[in-house]
Order: sequence, then structure tokens, then C-alpha cells
Amino acid sequence: MISRIGALLLRYLYLYRRSTARLMGVLFWPVMDLLVWGFLTSYLERIAAPPGVTFLLGAVIFWDIFYSAQQAITLSITEDIWARNILNVFVAPVRTWELLVATSLIGVLRATVSAGVLAILARLFYGFPLFAIGLPLLPFYFSLLLFGWAMGMFTMALVLRFGQAAEALIWGIPFLIQPLSAVFYPVAVLPPWLRTLALLLPSTHVFEGMRAALATGSVSGTTLAAAVGLNAVYLAAGTAFFGWMLGRVREKGYLARLGME
Amino acid sequence: MPETRAAIEAAIAVTGLTKRFGDVAAVDGLSFSVASGEIFGLLGPNGAGKTTTIQLLLGLTTPTAGDVRVLGLSMPSDRLAILQRVNFSSAYISLPSNLTVRQNLRVFAGLYGVRRPQAKIDALLELFEVSDSAGRPTGALSSGQLTRVNLCKAFLNDPEVLFLDEPTASLDPDIADKVRTALQKLQRERGVTIVYTSHNMREVEVLCDRVLFLAHGRAVADGSPSEVLARARSDSLEDVFIAIAREKTPAEPER
Ligand SMILES: Nc1ncnc2c1ncn2[C@@H]1O[C@H](COP(=O)(O)OP(=O)(O)O)[C@@H](O)[C@H]1O
Ligand SMILES: [Mg+2]
Repeated sequence: MISRIGALLLRYLYLYRRSTARLMGVLFWPVMDLLVWGFLTSYLERIAAPPGVTFLLGAVIFWDIFYSAQQAITLSITEDIWARNILNVFVAPVRTWELLVATSLIGVLRATVSAGVLAILARLFYGFPLFAIGLPLLPFYFSLLLFGWAMGMFTMALVLRFGQAAEALIWGIPFLIQPLSAVFYPVAVLPPWLRTLALLLPSTHVFEGMRAALATGSVSGTTLAAAVGLNAVYLAAGTAFFGWMLGRVREKGYLARLGME
Repeated sequence: MPETRAAIEAAIAVTGLTKRFGDVAAVDGLSFSVASGEIFGLLGPNGAGKTTTIQLLLGLTTPTAGDVRVLGLSMPSDRLAILQRVNFSSAYISLPSNLTVRQNLRVFAGLYGVRRPQAKIDALLELFEVSDSAGRPTGALSSGQLTRVNLCKAFLNDPEVLFLDEPTASLDPDIADKVRTALQKLQRERGVTIVYTSHNMREVEVLCDRVLFLAHGRAVADGSPSEVLARARSDSLEDVFIAIAREKTPAEPER
């Protein structure tokens, strides 16, 4: 069991180590995002200086935790499809949960490295003191990680089931979720019907909670509880969905066809 | 020698196996068994159901009906226990191209829980004559080298049953011959049961102890190559193959 999870981890890590293109992919987009929002923040501070505008940088970094976790999980499997290696993995005695644990661990790793680099750059370039805020942010970090796992499992399942046709969703789903999650603005800005939808996402509660924490210095227990509760639901649903889709894929005989379209 | 065959426990026993994809019956009420240590050729024209049969045996696809037993265990309920003891390769799958050959084999050695993986990997690379490629990125290999590296992966767990779906499809005659020789050697020395598909009938005649011809998912001929030839009053499997492939209706077996 440990040996198999370790072997999968090794496979996914080799993937990054052997490829500068993939390493770039890990950091390039997040860093570009940080630069845009960093300069925007500097500009806003110069013209109007609304209070708490530096929060935008925190939002960029925290959004990246979700995004990186979701990407790392989904791409792990997608890369094996592209490499026509997926059958080798599925004829090996790997349990589904071992696959999910290994991809999730890659998710943690990539999210931590990526958000860590962003936090350092934000400090260097814009003097944004994410680490100084420190411990109160930890529950939010885990919360976004869990949500990244859950959505990663959804996208991974869709890619297995629909192949190339679903690959756009790997990047599309985060973009769908971002505007609803009130990452850069309070959820109150959204029209009422969208607000209801937004509050069904754990990420919304995380970003609402974070803004409050940065403004007041204390973390609201109810916000956190909402995020944790919703995460549990999404994770359970994501895992179940993945298992169900894998069953469908076995029925339809798609495993052998993946990567050969 | 049917008595001895019955005495040894069959490595594979399939009864009434059926797989429907919508209206297409890719495998249609197939029953056969493969004796332990046999090289078994699964033959037939494109679309006959060979690949689907192998996938059903590996639990990659779930059957519509029928019963599959591998090494006395039941697929799919004992899928993981079976997968630990069998392996698979095909010309149509690959290994991640940006990892070196050794890295790829190390990953799969881990997945199969191989005990001294380094020694095992070295021995297999040697056997398939690809030791020189060990440190190269897998994507830089020729198709002949890649096929042999795939076979190294397939032998990592000392499989008792090996499924090979057109393993020699993209090889030149020289390399194909080397691969056949290595497979025969492994089969003799370790008694591994091999289920083999190929469109190269000369290869099949040389390699297979027994063959099963499929058409439209059904068995249309089976036996040792010489038995099949005798029954079809033919002197080449190639002619038998062509006759089967040109048969239009789904298979009234000839008698
Ligand atoms: N996943 C699938 N979905 C639908 N039809 C399939 C699928 N896989 C195979 N088939 C069909 O089943 C039949 C048998 O295919 P296959 O087992 O690949 O044949 P072979 O390997 O003998 O060439 C073909 O008609 C093929 O089109
Ligand atoms: Mg085939």
C-alpha cells in the first residue's frame, strides 16, 4: 500500500523534475497573476488608497492554493493519458483510493510550493506580509486545499470519462468557480440569486472569512465551520463521483481508448 | 493430450463471456480455457473482439454477461489479487516519454511491490538487450527498443499469466524475432502462461501451442495450429485467417 502510493508519487514527481515546461507551468501563470494584481494594488493605493486594498494580494495567493491543488490532481492522470501510460497504471494492482491519495499528496505539494513562492514574491515586490498574519490563516489554507482536491476529483473523473472533449474543463472549472467565490470582492457585490449559489461553495466562505480576519485580526468560527462543512460534502461527492465514473468507464470500455483519439 | 490438460488447473477459464457496446456484440458468448504454461494465440480479423476479450480478462472492462476466472480467482471480484500476478503489454501503449527507462521501470517495480527492484530491472534490461538504453529518456527510444522496454515492465512482477496485445505490431523482422525468442525462453524457464494476439500468422505458427480464431466475437476455430490446419484442410494459418475474415455472416462454424 505504502509502496504503491510511494511509486505513484515518484512517477508524478519525476514528471516535474524531468520537465522545465511543467515546472514553468507550475509557477508561470500564478506569478503573472500576482504581478498584475500587485501593480493594480500599488496603483489603487496611489490614487485612492481604500483601506485594506492589499488584501487583493492575499486573495491571489490563496486562490492559487485551490487552483494548484486542483490542477496537480487532474494533470497527474491526464498526463498518463497523454503518455498512453494509463493502461499500465490500471492493469497494476492499484486501488482507487491509493490513486486518489497519491494525486492528493501531489496537490498539497504543488499548492504549498506555488503559494509559498507567491508569498515570498509578494513580500519582496510589494511588501505584502502574508507570513506575518500567520497562524489564523492556516485553517483557510487547508480549506482551500480540500476544495482543490474535491474539484480535482471531479475534473479527473470527467477527463477519464470524456477524454479530450473534457480537457478544456481542467482549466475551465477554476475559471467558472472564481467569479462566484468572491475572491477579490465581498460576496455582497453579487446579485442576490448568484449570492445564494456563491454561498454553496466553500471557497466563498474562505475568502469572506479571510477578508474579515485581515480587517479585524480574528477568525469567525461560523465562517470557518461553513467552509469545513461544505468541504466535507464536496470531498465526499467528488470521491463518489470519481468512483462512479470509473465504473461507467469500465462498462463502456473507454480505458483502452483513452489517449488514442 | 486432453487428459493432462484437464488435470492441470486452467490458468484461464472463460464461460459465456459477452460484451455488448450498444448494438455491437464485441464478444458474444465466448467460452474457452487456457492451460497453465501454454502460449495461447487469440486470432481473428480487425474488430473480431480480441482486444475486448483481453480487456475483460484484465478487468479493464466489465462484462455484460459471463464468467471469467484467472488463476482460479474470479474477475472482477478478485481483480487486485489477479492483477498482482499477471501483466500486460501492447504495441499501442507506452511509458511516460520524459522519464528515463530506469525511472519508469522503478515506478512500476514499486507499483507491483517488487523486492530488490534494482537487480530485477537490470536482469530484465539484459534479457531484452536494452541495457544500453537504461539512462535514456523513454521518448528517445526506437519502437523496437520501446517494445522491449514495455516487455521489461510486463515481466517485473514475474507474472504467472501475461497478456500481450499485438506486441510485435510495429517491429522489423529482426527485432520481432528477438522478442519471440526472449518470450519463448521465459515461457520455457518460468512456465508463464501467455495470451497473445498477432496478425502475423507465421509468428503464431512458430510461437503458439494453441490458437483460438474469433470472428464477430465468437469462436470459429480452435486447437493447436496443426489441428486447426488439419480441420480446415489447409496448409497455412494465413489461408485459414483469410477464409475466416471473408466469411460474411456471423459465423456458422464450419463442420
Ligand atoms: N469501447 C468501445 N465502445 C464501442 N465499441 C467498441 C469499443 N471497443 C471495441 N468496440 C467494438 O467492438 C468490436 C471489437 O473490437 P476489438 O475488441 O478492438 O477487436 P480486435 O482487437 O479484434 O480488432 C469492434 O466492432 C469495435 O468497434
Ligand atoms: Mg485489437
